[in-house]
Amino acid sequence: MTRYSRRTLLKAGAAFAGASVIGSPSTLSAQATRIKIGHLVPLTGFLGAIGSYAQLGVKMAAEEINASGGIMGKQIDLMSEDSVNPATASTKAQRMIEQDGAVLLFGEISSASSLTIMQVAERNKKVFFSTGARSDALRGKDCNRYSFHCDIPNTVMVNAVGTALKQKGMVKGKKFVTLTADYIFGHDLLKAAKAFFSANDATLIGDELIATDVTDFSPYLLKVRQAKPDVVCCNLAGNQVTNLVKQYAEFGFPYPLVGFNLNTGDAWAMGEGNLSGTWPTVWYHTLDNPASKAFVEAFSKKYGKPPENHAWIEYITLKMIAQAITETKSTESDALVAYFEKQTQFDIMKARKAYFRSWDHQLVQEAYPFTVKPKNEMKDKWDMLVLGEAVPAAGAELESIYPTKTQNPCNMKA
Amino acid sequence: MQFGFLLQQVVNGLVLGGYYLLIALGLSLIFSVGGIVNLAHGAFYALGAYISVEITKYLGFGSAVVLSPIAVALLGILFERFILRRFYDADPILSLLVTFALAMVTEQAIRITWGAPPISAAIPQGLRGSVFLGDFLFSRYRLLILAVVAAVLIGVWLLLHKTSFGRVVRAGIQRPDMVAALGIRLQPYMTAIVMLGVGMAALGGAFFAPITIVHPAMGAEIITVAFVVVVIGGLGSFWGVVIAALLVGVVRGITIHFAPAAGEASIYVLMFLVLLVRPRGLLGERIEKFE
Repeated sequence: MTRYSRRTLLKAGAAFAGASVIGSPSTLSAQATRIKIGHLVPLTGFLGAIGSYAQLGVKMAAEEINASGGIMGKQIDLMSEDSVNPATASTKAQRMIEQDGAVLLFGEISSASSLTIMQVAERNKKVFFSTGARSDALRGKDCNRYSFHCDIPNTVMVNAVGTALKQKGMVKGKKFVTLTADYIFGHDLLKAAKAFFSANDATLIGDELIATDVTDFSPYLLKVRQAKPDVVCCNLAGNQVTNLVKQYAEFGFPYPLVGFNLNTGDAWAMGEGNLSGTWPTVWYHTLDNPASKAFVEAFSKKYGKPPENHAWIEYITLKMIAQAITETKSTESDALVAYFEKQTQFDIMKARKAYFRSWDHQLVQEAYPFTVKPKNEMKDKWDMLVLGEAVPAAGAELESIYPTKTQNPCNMKA
Repeated sequence: MQFGFLLQQVVNGLVLGGYYLLIALGLSLIFSVGGIVNLAHGAFYALGAYISVEITKYLGFGSAVVLSPIAVALLGILFERFILRRFYDADPILSLLVTFALAMVTEQAIRITWGAPPISAAIPQGLRGSVFLGDFLFSRYRLLILAVVAAVLIGVWLLLHKTSFGRVVRAGIQRPDMVAALGIRLQPYMTAIVMLGVGMAALGGAFFAPITIVHPAMGAEIITVAFVVVVIGGLGSFWGVVIAALLVGVVRGITIHFAPAAGEASIYVLMFLVLLVRPRGLLGERIEKFE
């Protein structure tokens, strides 16, 4: 039938299959009357699902700002692209600043990609808001003057869940096994988890580092069973959490599964009856306050589904940026950095207002532990979580759950 | 204790390999008969998963795993009749490009139809949990998958080796010119093989939907592993693909046991080693004509 060597064919086939998709370059023309803002989130890979929510959130914020007359009468030109991986993320960030004329950058979920964008920001002296990356190191030893951090750091997630677990008597004297994502975020989370375990009389009897492309967890689950822990703890990210939870339910182990990281978009993808345990979150669409409810309603009406926590964080970040540019009447990096370093308070649709801590640029805000709702109490398929009390408890200092200066070695060069 | 545990990892690896087999065998068959490297194979796998999740909502899981592969196999007829058929004698680069394009179009169509966020699917209550054999533990659901794979494997083998259909297909693989000279048109057979191949991929998708994430790019993820299996096994060899799939599953399980960080890389290392020793794959020498 064919004269071609089948081996050649197959090699070419494998090359094609392995080829990754690279986003198309932006073709926006330069216009001084518009404010160009660069936005990067992963739309492919294990964080792609939550990244797509992030993109919906930022689009909605930009449309709202533009519809109400823009910032200082100028319309926002939002350049939103797939960050793909750390190398592509930094290349695109560089291009957005140099060629496309972005005045600032924001976005990203992967801690590894966020780190490379932070370096681009510092080199070019442009402000970057890292919206969804949670590694402590980004606002710790890797911090820089031009980078701000909106999501809660790993230490806060561990504290949020840890407090809830302690109340249930699931920590003291218990044996833990952890399953950890093998990249900067996971390593960082594991470090925070270990600190928590040793401070609270728990022992870590097994720890598995798991590459981010693993989709079948059965060999790891067999190892978990061999270790016979009291509690299994998931320190994975993105859709790996979904896969693990589904397969954990499949094997039906008696050890409770908890986790120090989960995004609600990944929880929604798990399917009926698979999720249990206690987990942390930074925001959830059932939060009971007027601003949050109005946002959820507008988003649901526009997109036909409730916003995920990354949609929320991109939305509030662009709103904070717009407010900063309006009040400083400037898009200059130094003016913006100074504005945020004044610890200006922002309404981020939570009970307490939030602010960027001046010395490490962390957005200090409430967090929440949650558990899973029984099926018969769910209003719809998105209504699957029960939020616990906000941490820190009302009356306590917001900063009490964040790493202190001694725990967070951030040293910003002037 | 340690040995028993290792044995359990081996058995678990065999089950996983059986699952790879469903996808790789169809890919290998279509390649052997038509000379087409079907890069859209993963797209049919993804469609199988999505359609089964939809059917499960209305008719339950049992019907879904039967109806979804049938629906996708019917799509396979259209795929063969209107696309693949034009490329049997053309430059293979063209069929690579066209199936690659089809994979991307399908992925995008899934994104438009079902949305970019993953959709949720769960194992029926009755199939959850583990069964024990002494200290050995097996996921009940994976045992079911293993049984289905075994049944499909036997069925395909019987079809290829014990029926006149199979004789023509095998002759077509070895000597297409001779078959043509005998006055047999290979095209209807090719349609049937494509149906069978993509149907098996869809069956894999339907069975894996409840235990893995169902998202638009799932097809692109699986096709890499399927290629590795086909390359290790040797082109056109039925048993080569079977052995390779099981081997890939077992090697991965054992690697994760001893060196977790190397788990995903292990199958590529395996491919490298096999090709170093046997450039045609494990059982690839039987089709020397094409080398």
